[in-house]
Formats: sequence, C-alpha cells, structure tokens
Amino acid sequence: MQTSLTVNGQTREVDHDARQTLLDTLRDGLGLTGTKKGCDHGQCGACTVLLNGERVNSCLCLTAMHDGDEVTTIEGIGTPETLNALQKAFVESDGYQCGYCTPGQIMSATALFEEVKKGAPSYVSADLEAPTFDDAEIAERMSGNLCRCSAYPMIREAIAMSREVK
Amino acid sequence: MRSFDFHQSGEIGDAAGALGREAAIIAGGTNLLDLMKIQVMTPERLVDITRLDGLSAIEADGENLRIGALVTNTHLAGDSRIRAGWPLLSRAILAGASAQIRNKATTGGNLLQRTRCPYFYDTSQACNKRAPGTGCAAQGGAGRMLALFGTSPDCLAAHPSDMATALTALQASVEIRAASGEIRTVPMHEFYRGPGDSPDIETVLAPDDIVTAVLLPAPRAGTKQTYRKVRDRASYAFALVSVAAIVKVEDGRIAEASLAYGSIAPHPWMNHAVEEMLVGQAPSDDLFARAGEALTAAPAPHPDTEYKRPLLRRTLIAALREATGLSESAHGVDTARIPA
Repeated sequence: MQTSLTVNGQTREVDHDARQTLLDTLRDGLGLTGTKKGCDHGQCGACTVLLNGERVNSCLCLTAMHDGDEVTTIEGIGTPETLNALQKAFVESDGYQCGYCTPGQIMSATALFEEVKKGAPSYVSADLEAPTFDDAEIAERMSGNLCRCSAYPMIREAIAMSREVK
Repeated sequence: MRSFDFHQSGEIGDAAGALGREAAIIAGGTNLLDLMKIQVMTPERLVDITRLDGLSAIEADGENLRIGALVTNTHLAGDSRIRAGWPLLSRAILAGASAQIRNKATTGGNLLQRTRCPYFYDTSQACNKRAPGTGCAAQGGAGRMLALFGTSPDCLAAHPSDMATALTALQASVEIRAASGEIRTVPMHEFYRGPGDSPDIETVLAPDDIVTAVLLPAPRAGTKQTYRKVRDRASYAFALVSVAAIVKVEDGRIAEASLAYGSIAPHPWMNHAVEEMLVGQAPSDDLFARAGEALTAAPAPHPDTEYKRPLLRRTLIAALREATGLSESAHGVDTARIPA
C-alpha cells in the first residue's frame, strides 16, 4: 500500500503492508529510530509521537489510516547540538537512567504543555472547568509513559522546570 | 497480526456494505489493533470509518447533546458543555486509559471495547467469548478482575468501560444505523446483552450495523454527580469496581438518584431496587449501608471476586455520602452547572 505522511515537516511516501503500524513505518520504513518500541501494545508510551499535534501511541496506529496526516517525532523537535528547552531540562534534571523511554516521555510532555494551555482537564483536576498545573497534575497527565528505571521524580521535575522556563 | 483486506470508506452506505461476520470496523483502533496483534481478533476485513462525514461532532439538539461516534474521548471529556452539564461523563472518561489512548479512542469504540478477562487474551486457554464452544477457563481459574453480577456458566468476564458506566447512569441512548439505512436508538441499559450461552455476542448490534452517535438527555438541574473508581494503581488502570452516581437532595431528602456500576458485570450494571430504597429518604449512613447490602446480596460467582462485594458496598457508601453532602464534598464531586 502507498501512504503519504508529513513527518517532521517533510512529505514522505511510504510503501507498506496493510498491517504496518505507524511505529514500524517510522522506524523501519523511514529510519527514524528515535521513537522506541517498548511493549507494542499501548501500555508503556515509549512509542509516543504527535499525530496532527496530539500525542498518540504510534504502535496502535495503522499507517494505512493516516494518509495526509502530520507526524512529529523526537527527531523533529531538537538535535543533539541544539536541544530544545524540554530536552535540556531532562538533561539537567537527570530525568532518565537507561534512556529508552525518554523520547516517548519528551513527546508526551510536549503535548501535555499544549493540553494545559488549552485548559484541558485531567482526572485529578479539582475544578474541571479551571484545571491547575501542579505535581499531581503532571503525574496524572504523564501516566501513559512508564519508566522501568523509575526516574519519575526527576521526569516530573524536568517537566515542571521546562514549564517555568516557558 | 493476520492479513486482512483494508477497506477505507468515504460514505456510510459503502462502509455498511463492506461489513459482515468476518469484518470489523476500525476507528481509534486502540483496543482492536492490540487484540489483532495477539490474534485474539482475526478479522478478514477492516473497514476504516474514520473518513466518514458527520460522525465527529458534538451537536446540541435542544437541551440534549448528540455525540458523534467518532468523537474522541479527549474531545468529549474536554467539551465545555459536557464539563458544565454532565461532569460525571468528563470524570469517568478522564479516569480511563492514558492521554495518548484518549486522543485516539472514540465514543463508539469505547462502548464496544472488549473485556480484559485474562483468559480472553490468552489464545492457549478455553474462552467461549473468543472461541465459542471451547469452555470458560476462568471457571476454576484465577480471576480477581472478573464480574460479580450478570454472569453465566459460560462466561464470567466483566466489561471494563468507565465511559459506558457514566452514560448508563446518565440514561443515554445509542444511535445505530442498519445496513438498510434505517436509524434506531437503543437505551444504554438495553444496548448490551448478558452472556447467556453465547458470550461472543455482546450487544444488540447486527454485523452490518454502525453505531453513529450517543444521545445524551438534558442534564438534571440541581444534581450532584460523582464517579468513584477503585483500581490497583492511581492512574492508567482498569477499575476493580466503580460507581457513577447522580443524586439530587431537596428539603433534606433524596429527590432523585440514578446509579450505575462498572467493572462488576458483563456490561454497566444497574439495580433499580437500590435507587428505590434511597428516593424519599433523608441521607444517612444507615440508609447507605442498607443500600450497599441490597446491592451486593447475591454471592460472588467466583471466589476471587468475593472481595468485590465489600469493596463495592464501601464505594457506593462513599459516593452517596459525597453526592448527598453527608461528607465533605471531596475531589471528583461536581455539581451540574446547566449551561445558559
């Protein structure tokens, strides 16, 4: 099958099996291996990318269903030489140990900032119509990203720090 | 994943024509693709309905709302009208899954999600829901996530949806388009079938029916709404038990009560005898304890779910205490603010 995606601002034509997930297209088809495959079942969040600006598990997307869609991966938000503010905050806070979940954590947190800006509520928001932004909110909103090394306190710190910079 | 024929529809009649016993509709895909990867579901054809027009909006119909089947969980939970008038629905949706999954999962798909029974997921085990006629490995197996009520000897599985539990308490209906083009609406409490001797058939849907919307009746003025979910971890876990409560107290007495219970039956559970005990009475711990006893009078069908009986009683009591103002209005209790 043929599908056209805009990945990190570039139009990419991919030829793929109907069964291929967006995660496999990114990694195997396009060589963008920053996006990680953890569980491949939507439980760990390592494969998180932005799809038309919203965070999704790319392992639970069929590429064939996303013709014309825009995808942003970890490769699209910074480079090793020019890290963005959130990436720098993860480095400064030591927000990882092995690093495998980090691209997913960072893409997830990138979307989190946009969601908070739009006033989207979470399960822990005391007032659904006026959500706040505190540590409990960060923890709840990041619960779709697991860290097997359990660097959670530093991940939350990095997100809070980056939020303050913004 | 087994091979399948991929059919993307631009028109609902075409989508219906492509459906049948061996086909599956795909929208968000968050449950279906997972099950296809482990070959619990092996459709020969996938019918992608995400490009169909008219299924992605939340529209006002008088004081009611029509929620298109393709409206995502995130969109629905965040809609300003829902937050103000039906906060129970926002809370329940936000209690489920993760942000990533809620961004993809749809209203129709959430209703039709499959059970999380471990034997349904394990293709080496007997499961009448996955493979009719093979038996039920949960009988005599391990199963603390199984159902308490409404089971049959052929299936003990529970329905895991938070959203569907809230919609049941809110007395919503499901709008369905038949292959003929005819539209019908089915109340939530009639949408699901008990397992009986065919637990593979979970709803009243025919293979070529398409869920097109959920219809939400006008919010009840002056009600307090709460969704209490008990689970093994604080976030991103299925409920062990949940209670959706909509209660109105007037002149010191309970004037209205609508309750639904999640993760304890093959579908969102209701028990009108409990509401009847409550209405007309002054809120009290004694009253709520009796309501809890009435709700959980039947024995558990599996020893591993016996713990759910006291857990459900306590969860109901806590929800009623909050929703009637007997205890401090805790986090997660919202008053319906009817939009102007």
